[in-house]
Amino acid sequence: MSSATPEGPGFITTKLEQAVGWARKFSIFQYPFVTACCGMEYMSSGASHYDFDRFGAGLPRFSPRQADVLFVVGTISHKIAPILRMVYDQMCEPKWVIAFGVCTCTGGFYDNYATVQGIDTIIPVDIYIPGCPPRPEAVLDGLMKLQTRIQNQKQAL
Amino acid sequence: MAAAAPTHEVRNMLINIGPSHPAMHGVIRLITELDGEKVVKVQAEIGYLHRAFEKSAENSSWTQVMPYTDRLNYVSPLINNFGYCAAVEKLLGIEITERCKYIRVVMSEVSRITDHLTCIAASAMEMGAMTVFLYFMKAREFLYEIVEDVTGARLTISYGRIGGVKGDIPENLGEKLEGALKKVEKELYEVDRLLTRNRIWVDRTRDIGILTREDAVSFSVTGPMARASGINYDVRKAHPYLVYDRMDFDVPLGEKGDNYDRYLVRMEEMRQSIRIIRQAMREMPGGPVTVDALESFDLVDKAKMGRTTGLVNVLTTVEPTLSGMERPFHDRVMPQDRRVVLPSKDDTYSNIEGLMNHFKLIMDYHGIRPPQGDTYFAVEAANGELGFYVVSDGKDRPYRVRVRPPCFFNMAVLHKLLEGYMVADIVATFGSINMIAGELDR
Repeated sequence: MSSATPEGPGFITTKLEQAVGWARKFSIFQYPFVTACCGMEYMSSGASHYDFDRFGAGLPRFSPRQADVLFVVGTISHKIAPILRMVYDQMCEPKWVIAFGVCTCTGGFYDNYATVQGIDTIIPVDIYIPGCPPRPEAVLDGLMKLQTRIQNQKQAL
Repeated sequence: MAAAAPTHEVRNMLINIGPSHPAMHGVIRLITELDGEKVVKVQAEIGYLHRAFEKSAENSSWTQVMPYTDRLNYVSPLINNFGYCAAVEKLLGIEITERCKYIRVVMSEVSRITDHLTCIAASAMEMGAMTVFLYFMKAREFLYEIVEDVTGARLTISYGRIGGVKGDIPENLGEKLEGALKKVEKELYEVDRLLTRNRIWVDRTRDIGILTREDAVSFSVTGPMARASGINYDVRKAHPYLVYDRMDFDVPLGEKGDNYDRYLVRMEEMRQSIRIIRQAMREMPGGPVTVDALESFDLVDKAKMGRTTGLVNVLTTVEPTLSGMERPFHDRVMPQDRRVVLPSKDDTYSNIEGLMNHFKLIMDYHGIRPPQGDTYFAVEAANGELGFYVVSDGKDRPYRVRVRPPCFFNMAVLHKLLEGYMVADIVATFGSINMIAGELDR
């Protein structure tokens, strides 16, 4: 397949990959791991004014087994970090992670003993949405970036 | 028929709910012991969102604490801001301006509405009423637009300042606010029609999660939860602060203290808040929004001319703007209190007095320095009495900032509300408590 030419047999494989990417990016089942203030903007982004249902990500699944994208929304303290890791481990491949809000990106201004300084110290992150909390527009932007990433990545079939 | 002796051991089942659970907005873990579907015992484990607010406050200057207070109860951040400001102002012995008091009242009430909207929206959603969630989120968005107009941010606003607010409200706020309130009222009406006499809603909330008067008192529960149990305690009425004593509003009281009463109390409080906002907007006087609104160049000019009669007579201990002047002028000037509020940017960039004033407030080990002592100030937050106990050792950093978070007491009584009811009622009851992890764990 790797030696594919546009006319060769690999042609269909490439298209399939694109088609799978297209399907996956518009049917995002997300697991909202909501802990703190960012949850308010997460709710706003989900509700009718901003509505990330438009991007095919409208259906939160609260079972990690059913979710594709882990939205980590809000400060992650050391006490809840193992639970976040457990949720992430339970998700099935392919899976993506969005770090929503600056606390999840770097720890934000909670530079203290209680807070994990960025969730990328415990789980891999695909998209970072900074902001304290990020505006819904920023959330939608991050979601679109994730979609581009899903579309362009090598699809595990 | 006589009961046969059990041939096997019968035990209660332990179920762990949370800390990441679909029907738990907020991170909390409930360890429940079940007998069939009946809840026998509940233990709540808190602390999943401990962010060291109080310790961080000790390492920040008095002003820098403000952003941390936004994130205590992040559903109504403005009330937290003003509560902290009021505590520090009490310590400093400052009286804020009339206009500022009205602005604080208006913004507090806007915040209270957003909080109650979120609470009812979330608890309705958890019971399957998605429409209510969408309607109320829409209503909240209208108010967030107002908040954004006034403060520049939607959620974490840091609008309060010790001695005033960040800036005046926009000129045309009145019309916009009225428009938003009308829309909110419409949503309230619609949700009222959707829920209040809805069979499913009533069945799931009435006589569920009853908090008795006695329990409410002995667990120091305040706010809508206590009022739903029939306790007539509202900080705005009991210990009026700002201009609440001039406002005409009712405190809704429940009878039974069940989930349904808590829902009704919140709905009515939103209508009362709208009433307060309208009155305050109508009566709001003009004038400055911070304690020392006089520009320093004005002050100096007036002092040089000896025209000091119009200046407000405020006792001051630090007056950096006048150092180097002739002694007689010193005595004749009644300078404004310049210990707390930053001069305007125009002032800072255009004259030396303003610049010095700015740096005296900004530099480490200068800043705002309340006198030694401690004080407690409580405001009526959306969940109840939100108190700030601040201790100053006379330095530029708080010695201690202790918060009395209303949620903490609501959570302490949680087991009383859940035990004896069904598993499915946990969701309904928990939603009606409006636990906010940010202020619960601090």
